[in-house]
Amino acid sequence: MVKIGVLGLQGAVEEHRQRLRDAGAEPVTVKRPEDLEGIRGLILPGGESTTIGKLMRQYDLLDPVRELARSGTPVFGTCAGMILLAKEIEGEEEAHIGLMDIRVARNSFGRQKDSFETDLTFKGIEGGPFRAVFIRAPHVAAAGPGVEVLSKFQDRIVAVRQGNLLATAFHPELTEDLRIHRYFLEMVQP
Amino acid sequence: MIEVGTSRVKRGMAEMQKGGVIMDVVNAEQAKIAEQAGAVAVMALERVPADIRAAGGVARMADPRVIEEVMKAVSIPVMAKARIGHYVEAKVLEALGVDYIDESEVLTPADDKFHINKKEFTVPFVCGARDLGEALRRIAEGASMIRTKGEAGTGNIVEAVKHMRTMMAQIRKVQNMSEDELVFEAKNLGCPYELLLEVKKLGRLPVVNFAAGGVATPADAALMMHLGADGVFVGSGIFKSENPEKYARAIVEATTHYTDYGRIAELSKGLGAPMKGIELSTLAEHERLAVRGW
Repeated sequence: MVKIGVLGLQGAVEEHRQRLRDAGAEPVTVKRPEDLEGIRGLILPGGESTTIGKLMRQYDLLDPVRELARSGTPVFGTCAGMILLAKEIEGEEEAHIGLMDIRVARNSFGRQKDSFETDLTFKGIEGGPFRAVFIRAPHVAAAGPGVEVLSKFQDRIVAVRQGNLLATAFHPELTEDLRIHRYFLEMVQP
Repeated sequence: MIEVGTSRVKRGMAEMQKGGVIMDVVNAEQAKIAEQAGAVAVMALERVPADIRAAGGVARMADPRVIEEVMKAVSIPVMAKARIGHYVEAKVLEALGVDYIDESEVLTPADDKFHINKKEFTVPFVCGARDLGEALRRIAEGASMIRTKGEAGTGNIVEAVKHMRTMMAQIRKVQNMSEDELVFEAKNLGCPYELLLEVKKLGRLPVVNFAAGGVATPADAALMMHLGADGVFVGSGIFKSENPEKYARAIVEATTHYTDYGRIAELSKGLGAPMKGIELSTLAEHERLAVRGW
């Protein structure tokens, strides 16, 4: 079984682990740099991006994750994970992992009472719309030329891919639909 | 079609807080310290529980100005407390745009028999519980997140430990019961059979379950994680300590790495004095907050 890391510092770690198991992969919780050894892909879960970013710095995880991604290992960020991957975060001076050519706006759909679920079309997955859960979600305000837009909601970019990097503004780990996790696993095992 | 306030959206919000620390703050400055330290959310209050306890009298929802000040100061979610059964305080908090409402025993109850019908709200609720029956009653009313009650404002972890252990033991018991025994157990616990059946299937509560009420040190936070909490609320423990910045950071780290005892030893060094704390046996029955809630 292919081993996929789930960054386990904070957030919806267990939900991603369950979806990976359901999709036939073996989840590995990553809390320290040495946990990255032997994984074929890495998921950055939803949570609070400021918290996860700080903890990644405190535990020297930023550089090892950057190296892993630069070496071609697929990395998938959901919600906070998308913010971690972005090269630019609106209103903030510093990026976190900062590998994806996207500028993200945080909490761009409003506060929790405005959080919502809706049906989305997602380029590259078949079988009808995907039920997407947006929780205090970001969106991609600008994407570089190498970035493929996979999904939009009300003219806002909410899912992108750039080579081995994948990011969604919503939470595929909160629904039982495995198609986006399977899409990621296909990036891992071409 | 867009749907807001669904159970998936409300419970999902709590899932995103897991493994994190939610800190009580009383102004913008404290909120920024909490955010800087890595808190996943802040609870905006007029007074922390230790001060509510000291002040006595009737404790009510905070001044909306305090809540707005905190909401402007940070980008992380902001929670606020409404009195048990006070539908209008909760509606006011929802109108202010807070991200989560705590229907809390720390405030003086407004209703001595019933809690708020939380299903009527778009904003999610967290509620305190001492045992499985109480947790499932709150979930039946629409709570999207549960926390132990512990004994707020005491800096004494013993009640939070008791409530978490009680809940976990009851869940294990339910898992080993046959379905026909569950009907009677639901009657014993005073909760809906359907929710108990869900607990049996999941082996846990159907919503996120945090620890609260008495966390004062990094080791306290790690202990609650060890006992199965999904995350930790810290009320008075941070801003009643000698060095709030250090305590806040150390409690966040200890919660993330709760099994890394060497690291907890390191980050516990030279923190300065924690909040003073109260021995539970010195509290009179009417001074106990955890007994509020029905």
